[in-house]
Amino acid sequence: MKQYKQTPLLSLCSIAFISIALLVGCQPAQESSESTKKQVTILGVVIGEQQKKLEQALAAFTEETGIEIVYEGTDTFATTLPIRVDSGNPPDLAMFPQPGLMKDFAKEGKLIPLTNFMTPQQLQDAYADSWLELGSVDDTVYGVWYRASVKSLVWYNSKVFKKNGYEIPKTWDEMIALSDRLVAEGKTPWCIGLESGDATGWVATDWVEDIMLRTAGAKTYDRWITHQIPFTDQSVKNALETFGKIVRNKNYVYGGMVGVLSTPFGDSIQGLFGDKPNCYLHRQATFIASFLPEDVNITEDVGIFPLPPINAEQGLPILVAGDVFAMFNDTPEARKLMEYLASKVPHEVAAGLGGYISPRKNISLTLYPDQLMKKQAQILADAEVIRFDASDMMPGAVGTGTFWSGMVDYVGGTDVDTVLQNIENSWPESTQ
Amino acid sequence: MIKKKNQPKTEFWQKAPIHISILIISFIWTLPTVGLLISSFRRRDAMLKTGWWSIFEHPFELTQYHLGNYLEVLQSQGMGQAFLNSLTIAIPATVIPIAIATFAAYAFAWMKFPGRQLLFIIVVCLLVVPLQTTLIPILRMYRDLGLSNSFLGVWLAHTGYGLPLGIYLLRNYIGALPRDLIEAAEVDGASHLKIFTKLIVPLSMPAIASFAVFQFLWVWNDLLIALVYLGGTSDVAPVTIQLSNMVGSRGQDWHLLTAGAFITMIVPLIVFFGLQRYFVRGILAGSVKS
Amino acid sequence: MEVISRILEVILAIAFGCGGVIGLFYLANYGINALPKPWNRHFLPWVYIAPAMIVLSTYLIWPTIQTIYLSFFDGRSQNFVGLKNYIFAFTDQGMLVAFRNNLLWLVLVTGISVSLGLIIAVLVDKVSYEPIAKSLIFLPMAISFVGASVIWKFIYAYKPMGDAQIGLLNAVIVNLGFEPVGWLVERYVNNFALIAIMIWLYTGFCMVILSSAVKGIPENIIEAARIDGANSWQIFWQITIPMIRSTILVVSTTVIILVLKVFDIVFVMTGGNQGTEVIASRMIKEMFNFRNFGRGSAIAVILLLLIIPVMIGNIRRFRSQERLR
Repeated sequence: MKQYKQTPLLSLCSIAFISIALLVGCQPAQESSESTKKQVTILGVVIGEQQKKLEQALAAFTEETGIEIVYEGTDTFATTLPIRVDSGNPPDLAMFPQPGLMKDFAKEGKLIPLTNFMTPQQLQDAYADSWLELGSVDDTVYGVWYRASVKSLVWYNSKVFKKNGYEIPKTWDEMIALSDRLVAEGKTPWCIGLESGDATGWVATDWVEDIMLRTAGAKTYDRWITHQIPFTDQSVKNALETFGKIVRNKNYVYGGMVGVLSTPFGDSIQGLFGDKPNCYLHRQATFIASFLPEDVNITEDVGIFPLPPINAEQGLPILVAGDVFAMFNDTPEARKLMEYLASKVPHEVAAGLGGYISPRKNISLTLYPDQLMKKQAQILADAEVIRFDASDMMPGAVGTGTFWSGMVDYVGGTDVDTVLQNIENSWPESTQ
Repeated sequence: MIKKKNQPKTEFWQKAPIHISILIISFIWTLPTVGLLISSFRRRDAMLKTGWWSIFEHPFELTQYHLGNYLEVLQSQGMGQAFLNSLTIAIPATVIPIAIATFAAYAFAWMKFPGRQLLFIIVVCLLVVPLQTTLIPILRMYRDLGLSNSFLGVWLAHTGYGLPLGIYLLRNYIGALPRDLIEAAEVDGASHLKIFTKLIVPLSMPAIASFAVFQFLWVWNDLLIALVYLGGTSDVAPVTIQLSNMVGSRGQDWHLLTAGAFITMIVPLIVFFGLQRYFVRGILAGSVKS
Repeated sequence: MEVISRILEVILAIAFGCGGVIGLFYLANYGINALPKPWNRHFLPWVYIAPAMIVLSTYLIWPTIQTIYLSFFDGRSQNFVGLKNYIFAFTDQGMLVAFRNNLLWLVLVTGISVSLGLIIAVLVDKVSYEPIAKSLIFLPMAISFVGASVIWKFIYAYKPMGDAQIGLLNAVIVNLGFEPVGWLVERYVNNFALIAIMIWLYTGFCMVILSSAVKGIPENIIEAARIDGANSWQIFWQITIPMIRSTILVVSTTVIILVLKVFDIVFVMTGGNQGTEVIASRMIKEMFNFRNFGRGSAIAVILLLLIIPVMIGNIRRFRSQERLR
């Protein structure tokens, strides 16, 4: 110990200043080649398996144009992107998992309108008006929709349904009647899981939004999103209580209150399967298919039906979510890629890979690899009313904040008026 | 571990309560990790259906274990590259703050200059600054200086965030060294630099080693700073980013996380054991505080 | 070939990074020594401190000043709003819960990890298998937090009665014949469940630092006490504790600061729901999820202010130490 050896590092002192100078030049290899190659950078939220599929859908673009696509996926998109943009270093394109954040950037003037380089006709040919509106701010279109996800789905175990002769409910009342019948048979009808880390509660907001569309209708829904009606409005309270009749009913939900709050949303659907199912119905969006247990056969075991209508005059509205591309840097390469994303090619490739529904017009249903996907694409195509996930459209403080946590409180037993008042109080004073 | 043991053997039995308490604490502390280790050898579905301790019912039924999780993590695209990146980030980001902090701590402890106390208070108050608040101003500066997406930028950032703790820990330790040792050296006509390299650094090795371990750990396990200053593209991404991207944003691949956690732990543990020898009793011959 | 060049690049980068900084000091020192005598005495401390101060100013001090400035503006940092963000921080229902929880965290985490760390440090000093025991307790620190969160999910996991429990705690409880508990959901227990995680993580940290201080106590003092007939208990209270008092203070301060900054445990385990928010997690939410820079900055400034009383205690301690030397 006494004879502490001098580290070899100390002998490196002579190259001190030179080294610092060299280091600044000693950047990662990609930097040096950047200036010569034509490329587009994308920051997106999809990673892993989904990222590979996206890259396959984009492969044809690079083949055709020779422009390289540098895709960076991150699961902390909502934090990373604002930091990059605020620091003046945005990606060329970003793939937003919901339009709320995209619209914020559009309002701040950070995004390039599509109409700068695409004709209205081009956009009309590619997307239905409802999708174009969803990607617009003040009648200016910014977003090219890449992927859609249907939220108003109820999943069930088709073998169990066949065996016991349960009918697919066509109306809300039929669905409640089926739930009561299951309870009478000593079974638990529903599996609901809200746990999702720092996003816990979003599953419940989806329920409320779906019920809101089915009871109060799309017009009221739109006014609710833009805060023209307060969160404490009777229509919202009504939607919450309708959901409460299911989620707060011990006999209806597997595991009761603690079960609902502790079960991760991805594990929840697993209760439908196995020798002794824990439950028989599960309301969740398209993507939940990737959480099915490995031994489940998608074509034989799994069935879906749209969450049934409550109020006949509101019809059968469909709640959707999706991924949308928008452009930060106006380069010729980025323009080309945006045009490509609005064309048929990537949508058709992605449809064939499974686990994906295209929001674009004229994508043939025959391209989808399995029955479940075909059926979902059909539901989406047939929908009379399409509305986007409300919590994704509200200001972040509500949509990714108090609305989520408020729903957790409500399920946990807080009374409905307190919950709604809290959310109402948190609504930002001026949504610029 | 060189320790003179000139006590009789009965010592061991007198120490029974000590052994028992160490055993109990160690058991409680390792139980969660053991659970993770066992889980990392189990299949995904089994993990979600039964607890990890259920393997003890039939511990020798080898079909329930598999190396699939580890293979999947290790064979995934770019894991080797990610390891290199992590090392490239972590080693300088540990050494640079140690060097800077030791020099500064020595000055704070043994040199007289105006404003010393105030500067030291400021340094320690900076410990509490949430680094998330500093990201945007620094990124703007990096863009102007052309430091974004460079390793140098990440090293300096980690240095900045690690310095307050380093200076604080080392100043406490160096300040507690016996005065007469240092005065004796000064009387011999040693310069500050000589005192520093020949006396202070060797004597402070336990504190330097502990700071080194912590700084290395924080840098190695950091995800945020790397993501923000380097970006997550595969040629620069460290292991943490690689792993979190593999697991997926929806966390359906927890079984990979369990294996990944152990694979990423190996390096920090090597560092910890490598520095273990500096944690032994330092020899301060004949130095009694007056 | 690709790999070899990469590895070389890595080694070069590391050598430059590490060698550069040490070389800098030598050069500066060489330059100072070349100066005439009275000058170098005044300059030398600044040479030692300058690199640290430059880095700190760039990375922490300047952004902090900006944060203080932003805390008086609205969410998008456009209009001056005076103390409105601070009024929000001290009146908002959610913030009050966060203050309450942070107090609980401070008392329990600091108290338990420091005292446990000290006890372990003193105990393992007496046995031959010290490195093993130390490594086991230190292990949690080496696991990345993402991994640690998985571990604890498997400890606190809840399955309804009748299912196979996959959570260790509930498995024990059900085997004893009780109902399973929603550890992270039930309001009466969830904060303690989160606090336990932090204690588990940071006891190793306290132990390592305190252990190096315990080892710094000269052998001959302890020997002398033994000869005077003091038992282990007396030695612990009358020699060990007073000798390492300043290190205990340093460790406690560090843990207090770590507790004030903790947010990831809360984020990952409960998302701050069911009354588990802490101050730092509110700050991150306001700043990044809600993009309200005014409120986020105000909460960050409050964190900064909370630490000042602790620092005053520290400085007093260091001053009295100086007088002793």
